Parts: sequence; structure tokens; C-alpha cells
Amino acid sequence: MLQQHTPNPAELVEPDRVHKAVYTDPQLFDLEMERIHERVWIYCGHETQVKKPGDYYTVQVGRQPMIMVRDAGGRVNVLYNRCPHRGSMICGDVHGNTGEAFRCSYHAWTFHHDGKLKTIPMMEAGYAGTNWTRDNPDCNMKQAARVENYRGFVFASLAADGPGLLEFLGPSKIAFDDICDRAPEGEVEVVPNCFRVIQNSNWKIFLENQLDALHPSVTHQSTGRAAHEVEKMIEKRTGKAPLAYHMLSAFATVTIDKWDNFQTLNYPHGHCILTGYMGLRPQDPDTLAYEKTLTKAYGAKRMEEILSTNIHHVLIYPGLSLQSPLQQLRAVRPLGLNRTLTEIWHFRLKGAPEPIYRRSLAYYNLVNSPSTMVNADDLENFWKIQVGLSGDGGDWVSFARHYGRDIENNGVVETAAGMGTSEAPMRNQMKAWAQYMTAGN
Amino acid sequence: MAKKALKKKALPAKAANGHDTQHAVEQFLFRQAEVLDGKRWQDYIDLFSDDGVYWMPASPEQTTWDGTPAIFAEDKNLMTVRMKRVQHPDAWSQRPLWGTNHIVGNVMIEKTAPNGDLVVRSRFHMMELRRDATRHFAGSYLHHLKKTPGGYRIRLQRVDMVNAQAPYDYVLQVWV
Ligand code: FES
Ligand SMILES: [Fe+2]
Repeated sequence: MLQQHTPNPAELVEPDRVHKAVYTDPQLFDLEMERIHERVWIYCGHETQVKKPGDYYTVQVGRQPMIMVRDAGGRVNVLYNRCPHRGSMICGDVHGNTGEAFRCSYHAWTFHHDGKLKTIPMMEAGYAGTNWTRDNPDCNMKQAARVENYRGFVFASLAADGPGLLEFLGPSKIAFDDICDRAPEGEVEVVPNCFRVIQNSNWKIFLENQLDALHPSVTHQSTGRAAHEVEKMIEKRTGKAPLAYHMLSAFATVTIDKWDNFQTLNYPHGHCILTGYMGLRPQDPDTLAYEKTLTKAYGAKRMEEILSTNIHHVLIYPGLSLQSPLQQLRAVRPLGLNRTLTEIWHFRLKGAPEPIYRRSLAYYNLVNSPSTMVNADDLENFWKIQVGLSGDGGDWVSFARHYGRDIENNGVVETAAGMGTSEAPMRNQMKAWAQYMTAGN
Repeated sequence: MAKKALKKKALPAKAANGHDTQHAVEQFLFRQAEVLDGKRWQDYIDLFSDDGVYWMPASPEQTTWDGTPAIFAEDKNLMTVRMKRVQHPDAWSQRPLWGTNHIVGNVMIEKTAPNGDLVVRSRFHMMELRRDATRHFAGSYLHHLKKTPGGYRIRLQRVDMVNAQAPYDYVLQVWV
């Protein structure tokens, strides 16, 4: 049945290229949701989004509308946003506080924060002699099969089996360690603001771009140049330009030939790290004060270790990008074959001085807000890719750059020295994709 | 003392030419919209005072642009980056056809300082064409205007869009 209507995923992925159908075939999209997004660990949110009992945030996992909610015992649960009675959605708002119980707006069934039925109006009379009894699990809001929390970051898996969260993350868990360890108190707190931007392209196109070290100096040339000109103007006038200009001008000052000096580390399950390039450890008074606070918390040796962690960002396949040194997080939610939602958050390092937060804020406002001068050109590329691929101008997408030259060590694929622009991350992602898509065939 | 005397003098003057101030402010806001729709970026930036800020809050409850998430929070230097970027020949996303059209109305003077500085509230509707797609943005402006010999200058422009919280299909590329 399947083979008749849907292209066979195993035939679409070759070691150095993939068939365009993986971005354009609607049936493959449904299969992806079933076999990838509704099985693996998907990021739901940070626990500080729901601080008090009854606080909830709605979130899409695969095609499933879900609710992340804090219960009275302090646990964060993830439930399907559906009433077991006649199917109405329980939470119609993006977020809020539901009080002591969820209450369905249709016939007032109420539910505890773990989804268990609390009351049905006139239940005894209404359901006498039926099997709709309090102990019947069909009366409860359904829970996600598995929920795990790593250092405050809450993930859900809609499949009962599969690796645990830490096994799934593997070495990519460093993203969460790095962001939390940079906080003198070892924890981060979400800044309660989410920018939501739609990409008119397939979700994989965003993920492939995240670790594409060849594109920044091409795609972001205009902003890099503009920022560099103004940066120099300010330096001339006042001696020193704010760090925010450096964040933007790096796109132009790090020219295309220099990007091979960076490195990507590619892990099982499609995860990947791009090493740092922005040099965000200036020796100004703010940074020194921060280093002092960190030293007090961890000791000098550990402080050094923490601040020399060499990460630009970490991609956790299939839907999370974490830029730990700047405390930025982007969650990717596929809405359809060529429609993808990004949810963009940033965090405060608990116990860090205010100026350190201001750096993260500057990056959030300038690069990740809906007025971004950076992502604007990425989004344009994503859309053009989607349109280009839907034509018959060619069947394959090439991931052959530096193919055959990566170094494989214990299941980790590292780009070789001077070959940072290797398309290893895309090959690695599509390898994971093919494994997920063909599992159980 | 001197301040008090000034105030006394200023009050009747304001009552006498209140209509003129309303007219002058409206002309200023209309001209700002005209400059923006005409893509005269430098002229637009020049409408701001040297310490001027263009601010679009991330949420309506915010009371300051300083230290909070913002969709825009730009001084003249950052506005210059934006201008130079849009004008750069390799600003790929800006090359295809695009244009905007602003309508500004409901202009109300909220505060008049003795020195002639004003706080003005107004409403706007902006239609944008990008390639083949049309988008609409609407909301309110709050202008803190400084009276100078060369006319009004914007010390702070706060822009609250009613659809600021909705997901963005694509992003905003210049000031609204
Ligand atoms: S559908 Fe929810 S109570 Fe009836
Ligand atoms: Fe980019």
C-alpha cells in the first residue's frame, strides 16, 4: 500500500545527495510526522514558562496540539489538548493559568493538571450503567507517552518506546550544560517573550541552513557590511562600538574563505555542533565582573572551562537550535509541507550581572526578532529553495561538499581541518532521516 | 521662579494657537509617512533628534525600550545600519518589488510642554506589497516631539501594532 503512493524513503537518500521529493512530497511529510516528530523527543518548552500550578503553554508536537502544564506537586506534564468527551480543544489560548483544574468549554467536564478526570456534571445520573466510570482511563485527557526534563528544558515523546532523552541527545546535551553552566547559579530563566515567525518552506531547509558555514558571508553580506561601516563610524567618534555591532559585522569581516576554519561535529540522530566564530569573550569591565562572579561560584579552573566552551550553536534534530553562548533558542514546528513555524526565545543566566543579559537581549532583538536584518535573507533563501525544488529542473539536491574527507570517530563525524564548510551536517541529518523513515518497514 | 513666569505666559499662547499646533503636528506626521513610503531613508532618520529612538515593543504592557525584548529598538546609529543594509545591492530579500502605503489619522495632542515639546498619539494603517503578496499592519503611534528651530524632531516614536503578537509571515524590513 505504502510503496504504491509514497516514494520509498530508502531510495531518496544517497551518501552525498538527496532526492527533491523529501522536500516536496505531501505523503512523505505525513510519514515524517508519524515516524519522526511524533516519535522522537521534541522540545516543548522551558519549565520557567510555567512557574505556578495551573500555568500552561500550548505547543504543537508533530501534528498534535499539546499542553505543557505545571501541576500542584510541581511536576510539568504534557497532555493532548483534547477533551475525552466529544473532542473539543481544552485550551484555546496560547498560554495562561487554568486554576485548579482544566474545564472544557463545551459541557464542563473538568480535569486535574495531570489530565485525570475530576468531575462530569451530574455524572452519577448521566452515566449510570455505562462503562464511563471514574476509573476508566478513556475519561482522562491523554498524556504524552513520555515526558523528560533536562536542566529545565522539557521534552515529550509521543511514542512509549525508544531511547530515553539523554541517550537521544548524546553529546548534543552539551547545549543545555553550556547554557546553564554559564549562569553562576547553574540555571537559566526564560524571558517571557516568544517571537513567532513563519517560514514558507519545508522544515528541513531551516535545519540544513543552521550548520551551513558557507552561506553567512554570502547571504548576510549586506547587513554585515552596513553594520561594519557604522561600527567604524562609531569607533572613530567614541573609540568603541557596542558589541551588538560586532555580532552583525562578523558576517562581513569573516569572509567566505575563512569559514573553512570552523568545524562542525556531527552526532548520531542528526544532531550537530558548529564551533564558535564570534569571539564573544572581550576583556571589558563587564566581562571581567562576570568572570569574577563565575569564579566565585565554580572556582577559577571550572570558570575557564565554562567560558572556553567552543560552540556557536547546537542543532538538535529534528526541531531545536540552541545558541548557548548567547542564550538563544529556536524551536521549529512543521505546520505543513512548505510551512514551518519558528518559536524564538532567549534566557537570563541566573546570577549573572545585567550587562551580560544585555548582550543576549541585543542579539535577540537584532538577529532573532521579527525585524531581523539577518534571518530576513535566510527566509528569502528558504522560500526560493522550496519554489526551486518544486519544479522539474532537477531531481537531486547535492550535499557533496568535502564529501569523503570528514573524519569519523566513534560514531562522531568531524569535519577535517580547513574543511569547516563541509556539507557533513546535511549528510548527517539525512542519514538520521532515512533511519527514522525506514525503521519498522 | 523664571519657570513659573514662563508657564503663565505659555498658557494663553497655547489656547490662542492650539489649532495651529494641531495642524503643524498633523503635517509633520503625514510628512513622515510620505518620506517612509517614498523610501527616503535618510530623510526619515533625519526626522529624529540626535538622541531619538524608534521603538516597537514586543508586547503592549511594556513601558520602556531599555532592557526589554523589542521588535525594534533603534537609535540613529542602528537606523543607519538598517538603511545601509536595505540599500546594499546584495540585500537579496529586498531586491524584488516591494512598497508600502501608510495612512495616519486620529491625531491627538496628549501633552504640551511650556517649551513647545509635545506628546502626540495617532493611529496608522499600513499596507505592504512584497512580490505578489499583500500584508496589512495597523496600530498606534506615540510621538514624543521636540520643538526645534528647524521644526519638530522625534525624541521617541513608539509603535504598537495590533498584530504585533501574531505570527509573522515573513518579517518586517523597515520601520512601520
Ligand atoms: S466536549 Fe468537553 S465536555 Fe463535552
Ligand atoms: Fe543565515
